[in-house]
Amino acid sequence: MEIPYTVEARPDTGVFNAKLGVWLFLASEVMLFGALFSSYVLLRTGAPAGTWHHGREFLNVPLATLNTIILIASSVTMVMSWASLKLNDFKKYRIYMGLTLLAGVGFLIVKGFEYGHKFEVGLLPKTNTFLAIYFTLTGLHGLHVIGGMIVNGYFLGPGAKLFKTQPERFTNRVEVAGLYWHFVDLVWIFLFPTLYLL
Amino acid sequence: MALVDERVAHGHADAHHHELGFWQKYVFSQDHKVIGIQYGFTALCFLLFGFSLMMMMRWSIAYPNTPIPLVGKLLKASGGIIVPELYNQLGAMHGTIMVFLGIVPLAVGAFGNYIVPLQIGAPDMAFPKLNMASYWSYFIGGVIMLSSFFAPGGAAQSGWTSYPPLSDIAPTGQTMWLFGMLFLIISSVLGSMNFLVTIIQLRAPGLTWMRLPFFVWAQFVTSFLLLLAFPALQAAAVLQMMDRLAGTSFFLPSGLVVSGQQLQVAGGGSPLLWQHLFWFLAHPEVYVLILPAFGIVAEVIANNTRKPLWGYRSMVYAVTFLGFMSFIVWAHHMFMTGMGTVMSTFFQTTTMIISIPSVIVLTALIISLWGASIRFTVPMLFALAFLPMFAIGGLTGLPLGLAPSDIHLHDTYYVIGHFHYVVAPGTIFAMFAGIYYWFPKLTGRKMSELLGKIHFWPSFLFINGIFFPMLIQGLAGVQRRLYDGGASYSHAQPVLHWNAFMSVSAWLLGLAQIPFIFNLFWSIWKGAKVGANPWDATTLEWAAAPSPPIAHGNFVEIPTVHRGPYDYSLPGAATDFTPQHQLQEA
Repeated sequence: MEIPYTVEARPDTGVFNAKLGVWLFLASEVMLFGALFSSYVLLRTGAPAGTWHHGREFLNVPLATLNTIILIASSVTMVMSWASLKLNDFKKYRIYMGLTLLAGVGFLIVKGFEYGHKFEVGLLPKTNTFLAIYFTLTGLHGLHVIGGMIVNGYFLGPGAKLFKTQPERFTNRVEVAGLYWHFVDLVWIFLFPTLYLL
Repeated sequence: MALVDERVAHGHADAHHHELGFWQKYVFSQDHKVIGIQYGFTALCFLLFGFSLMMMMRWSIAYPNTPIPLVGKLLKASGGIIVPELYNQLGAMHGTIMVFLGIVPLAVGAFGNYIVPLQIGAPDMAFPKLNMASYWSYFIGGVIMLSSFFAPGGAAQSGWTSYPPLSDIAPTGQTMWLFGMLFLIISSVLGSMNFLVTIIQLRAPGLTWMRLPFFVWAQFVTSFLLLLAFPALQAAAVLQMMDRLAGTSFFLPSGLVVSGQQLQVAGGGSPLLWQHLFWFLAHPEVYVLILPAFGIVAEVIANNTRKPLWGYRSMVYAVTFLGFMSFIVWAHHMFMTGMGTVMSTFFQTTTMIISIPSVIVLTALIISLWGASIRFTVPMLFALAFLPMFAIGGLTGLPLGLAPSDIHLHDTYYVIGHFHYVVAPGTIFAMFAGIYYWFPKLTGRKMSELLGKIHFWPSFLFINGIFFPMLIQGLAGVQRRLYDGGASYSHAQPVLHWNAFMSVSAWLLGLAQIPFIFNLFWSIWKGAKVGANPWDATTLEWAAAPSPPIAHGNFVEIPTVHRGPYDYSLPGAATDFTPQHQLQEA
């Protein structure tokens, strides 16, 4: 017996299973990053006056701004890839999904430069508590980016075969992957000001 | 017979995609029923193992510094004596294993997985592959936890709460604890997400929210708690991992001195931060332990009283409210940390408020017994025992929830007594009720009633023999976590004689589980054969599915639901139970 509502929405809830699932998963992710942001706030407000180090002492704001632009752009291309599937334009889907993936790679390269520079000048997680929370938050976010890229890469490559047999199901999958990708983008939009600017 | 014929016909029709090899059928299965059994079996093994650790600890408490019989041969280095370092490991791992590897996987992973899809009339869980991943993630987490006993310096030894700064500087076993915990958290998040989607999306036609069996409601709220509370511990575990592996000092304050030497770290961290993050998970976790127990007991009581649950709606509203409240009571575990009276006042107020929904559920269950002609089956005995045991557990919690009385009771055996009354004769008894109640669903056979009673009565007696004296000792001020059970403290002397009594009770409780283990295996092959609905129950898992249900699909056809979950003894009905999918009152 087939599991119902894998493709079409359940009438009374208005969603298909995976969409509800990914929203619940994102709720859990909000709690994870929320807990880490709260830890950051608690550590910072709890530090004796004058002992807290600020991001602007160590961090490269222009590079992070570039990364913010890259990630926001990738969110746009992600939506476009889904929209192309909705319009049944598989070629355009591949282009937009490819661009999304490329943006992810670009983000990681920039991040890699930032990390590399910090390590070179001896700024490590153990140096002070600001750098500790900086590396933890951006590191965990980086892992989320990599996770999203693996999923997107799968849908660009071997996973795309599904479009030939079940186009609607494949479109749903891309939509769900997109929700996750937007979330990863959103986390960065919170990380950028709190770590680099404040 | 018609049903059986239909099954056979159906089986043939679908044979082409049901032919799975051994590995896919029994090991890497995606069928919620097989996964439920995998969860159940693994969790029962962990419960037994965690209980064995406790039986070892009880030796050290009753007879400190004397060689332990039987298992003493394994402890060559100390000549069979449980040294304090080992005692700490046993304590930390007993708590971790019982909570994270035993009860939660049994209550949610096993019962939830097997029963929820059947009770809501679904062919499977919404995401079978995730379900499998959830089980195997749990399994890996368990293996990591167990193997940490062989790490240099032994297993984690900073208590099941892993409070820093001690846990930050503990031996390797603590790192393994954190890794194991990450796997368990991933398992929980995947599992709870799956349960929520299943319950929201896969309810059978006509099964509206207020027609859901109470067990499903309990699992629903439980899943929300797991989904939203566990990430806090995940964050905490990541931070502690950074402290231990990358040399950060999230939880290490400046100028910390260890063994007379100042620790060479940046400092500036906060040990309290861990406590906040940990209890943000661990208080909802307590409700994760108790809510499925509520659900099981409600099912068993409705079935064995042969009448509808009293106040079904108020029970549903109560557990929902309880779910929300459980997120804002966590710091009642921290009254003694010096977080300030304003914080304490807030959290003791919310704590008093959260006791109300628990009382509503318990009261509704007790009133359900009123005027019933009760069937005293084995599951019903355990369910009935649950009521007073959970009541003791709950009521003894009130003085702990109030900051002034907590100052006296904090960190004493009273806390241990209170918590274990909730979880051992509370939750674990409910789990036993569930096992005896749903065993025929899994196997088509009943467990032996006689052996069940031989299991129940001694267990009921001895479990009280363990935990009630703890309340007495705690009120006298005996501290927890002492490997000698308080022998070196003068104020503990008047109540010290209880230690041997409790230990003997614990070992006898261990013996009392032998009839259960025997019964469980014996009944799989030799138990009395029964039909699809041996308890004359109304809910879908009994009334609409064969026992055991069909592999991959559960039902011959998805039932349509026409009524609430507990239509027992309807006036004018032909039988004293009217199944949920029955249209007319026959």
